[in-house]
Amino acid sequence: MFKLFEPNKIFKITSRATKYVLFLFIVVLSVGLLEALVLSPEDYKQSDAVRIMYVHVPAAWISLGIFSSITFFSICGFIFKNKNFFLISKSLAPSGFVFNIIALVTGSIWGKPTWGTWWAWDARITSMLILVLFYAMYIIVWRIYDKEEKVYRISTFITILGIINVPIIKYSVDWWNTLHQPASINILSKSSIHSSMLYPLLIMTAAFTLFSLLIFLMKYNTELIKIKNKGLDRL
Amino acid sequence: MNEILFMNGYGVYVLSAFSFTLLSFLGLYLVTKMQFVKEKNKFITKFGTLTTEQANFAKLQRINKEILSKVTNN
Repeated sequence: MFKLFEPNKIFKITSRATKYVLFLFIVVLSVGLLEALVLSPEDYKQSDAVRIMYVHVPAAWISLGIFSSITFFSICGFIFKNKNFFLISKSLAPSGFVFNIIALVTGSIWGKPTWGTWWAWDARITSMLILVLFYAMYIIVWRIYDKEEKVYRISTFITILGIINVPIIKYSVDWWNTLHQPASINILSKSSIHSSMLYPLLIMTAAFTLFSLLIFLMKYNTELIKIKNKGLDRL
Repeated sequence: MNEILFMNGYGVYVLSAFSFTLLSFLGLYLVTKMQFVKEKNKFITKFGTLTTEQANFAKLQRINKEILSKVTNN
């Protein structure tokens, strides 16, 4: 099964896929922006401020998804002693980090007109802030340590610690009294969001997913070339 | 047009949130692209310094061939 993850095979696909993903991302993002900024209706309570949701929510979802993936691949790399899993984790981190910052900043901008404040030490917001710190620690570890084994061990440890925070983020709005509203979209039960707002939200989520895929592919290719550069040094 | 930008007084919040997002995308894309180009150029430079024998040996690896083919395509 792990032959599928061999860098030799992956590089050929990833290096060609980038331009198609970029094209698809631009198309989906353009449709998403048109829907989010022009075509979707305003909210009866929040008026046009609700449009911030179309960037805030997908960014938050994707940052959580990417952190979960990083943890999964790091643990797999540790269990199966496969270096490529760590490389995948490392390549996912930059986009997850940026999405987490986008979620925090756009949430703060949304907070001003709706709650009357830029920031509150609320359970959801604070736990998202903690997640960005875990992302930062993960990225820094890869930069400061040279020994691969040490990096693998410490970065996996950080992801395992950080993943504890993910369900806290998800359920923080249910467990504590927070300023943040509870989830409007449920996979298992009926969502409380109207389809005229749900579809633009899903289109923007698709665009953001494509962007994270694009960055992942570019970063992964860079990492592979870095390894090959080291290989040339040894010749 | 003014109505779209004004957004019932929320335009400044909405547009700044969208602008921040798009600028972050652009920034991350450019940084990642620059890192990629830098590593690729480093590879080409190093490859250029190899002896014929070393270069032939390096070319046996599929990834090396792929990187070099991307260079010649560009």
